Amino acid sequence: MFQPSPWRTDFPAIAALQRQHQTYLDSAATTQKPQALLDALSHYYGHGAANVHRAQHLPGALATQAFEGTRDKVAAWLNAADARQIVFTHGATSALNLLAYGLEHRFEAGDEIAVSGLEHHANLLPWQQLAHRRNLRLVVLPVTDQGHVDLEQALQLIGPRTRLLAISQLSNVLGTWQPLTPLLAHARAQGALSVVDGAQGVVHGRHDVQQLACDFYVFSSHKLYGPDGVGVLYGRQDALALLRHWQYGGEMVQMADYQSASFRPAPLGFEAGTPPIAGVIGLGATLDYLASLDVHAVAAHEASLHQCLVRGLADREGVRLLGSPEVALASFVIDGVHNADIAHLLTEQGIAVRAGHHCAMPLLRHLGLDGAIRVSLGLYSDSDDLQRFFEALDKGLELLR
Amino acid sequence: MNLSPEASQALEAFEQARGWEQRARLLMQWGDRLEPLGDSDKTETNRVHGCESLVWLVAVQDDGQWRFKAGSDARMLRGLLALLLVRVQGLASDQLAALDLSAWFTQLGLERQLSPSRSNGLHAVLLRMAELATQG
Repeated sequence: MFQPSPWRTDFPAIAALQRQHQTYLDSAATTQKPQALLDALSHYYGHGAANVHRAQHLPGALATQAFEGTRDKVAAWLNAADARQIVFTHGATSALNLLAYGLEHRFEAGDEIAVSGLEHHANLLPWQQLAHRRNLRLVVLPVTDQGHVDLEQALQLIGPRTRLLAISQLSNVLGTWQPLTPLLAHARAQGALSVVDGAQGVVHGRHDVQQLACDFYVFSSHKLYGPDGVGVLYGRQDALALLRHWQYGGEMVQMADYQSASFRPAPLGFEAGTPPIAGVIGLGATLDYLASLDVHAVAAHEASLHQCLVRGLADREGVRLLGSPEVALASFVIDGVHNADIAHLLTEQGIAVRAGHHCAMPLLRHLGLDGAIRVSLGLYSDSDDLQRFFEALDKGLELLR
Repeated sequence: MNLSPEASQALEAFEQARGWEQRARLLMQWGDRLEPLGDSDKTETNRVHGCESLVWLVAVQDDGQWRFKAGSDARMLRGLLALLLVRVQGLASDQLAALDLSAWFTQLGLERQLSPSRSNGLHAVLLRMAELATQG
């Protein structure tokens, strides 16, 4: 039965891609953008660009107002208590690097950092490299066959030496929600700081950072239907106060002399240089758009399409799913068929999916794989997209076999 | 342009191919014709990085002429490698350096396989070949 997406026409690129015979099923990599965002960018650039926080003139005041308006909207989206807890970065990766440098002074040789075995490189390598710099031990929390952090083992591994836990909310390869509540509670009880990588999680459903009770939460705008080049770092007030400044220049400066300087607190103190102004304003427009949608209708649509995706894959001979995906995406391999060959034939047929290691090489190696194919959905996806994918997959397999 | 008999044969076959399906079948046929690599060829030195698949390129210069062998664990890529090798086999370094390989793949109707964003690795193999040509 055809399942349309009521929001499909809000995203003009979907129709444009369709005219080029492209079926876009790579939304976990980046999403298409709503018309509301295009309008906001065009309005900002068309009506007078200006730098923020530093000009007394009218265009500067308007830009600053719109820019700071987005900070309020992000705070509301995450239910942060105060907009000053929202720092704009250049992406989730840069937010995580900010944390790894900003918190470096808190670690001493022999301290431990815990990460899960399924982390995206962006939430692994900043901590791995910090561990190298400071002689720390990086503890990797094992992952079950279903694709969750093994809670029993994790609670053993996170102990008094653990100074920080960094973990994904939703796996970008396995599509599984991680058991954050018990993990974060345990980390807190051990006196460890917690960092949640919400890059995938923030896109599906609404999340309340106060309820999550994490110290830091990070996401990137472009996966949430917003512009690229913008990331968000939320921090608990006490946690933000722990951060040392790490990039210098621009409005993060309070007072500067030739030999010394003082810096602002968060958020501006961590937004060195000219921020991605248009992008931040665009993210605000995207959040307005998303907030106007019926959250239950979106969740139901995504759940039903995801079920259709997982079932369709499971029905096909030789297809092996990675973990037990719960939402938004599914990764798979096919017995006896190289994923590069499948990717090649899907591409030939205009199916845009991701093939390879998905920026999680250690996880793929742990699963004994060189790579996998990932199909991922957005709120504009519909059942015809999946049908075209399955037809192309069958055709490709027929050719290869 | 002096094409070897094999290269001419490839060009003719691909020029006549209609649609992606026929091209895919041809690629697989050409891949099957690629001489398999021995384990001694599959070394780290011969491995071409920058590919999602495993790719090896073995290059020896014999009396001023390049002799290549190549292999991959991915089937479509083996086909692309076979089509590459028929074009470059036996060339001297200056001939190899002067050769426009992207034009060759364009003639075959396979230009999209060369994009650096493609993870198939053909792009990385061509870069390696260009490196060899300038060193040799």
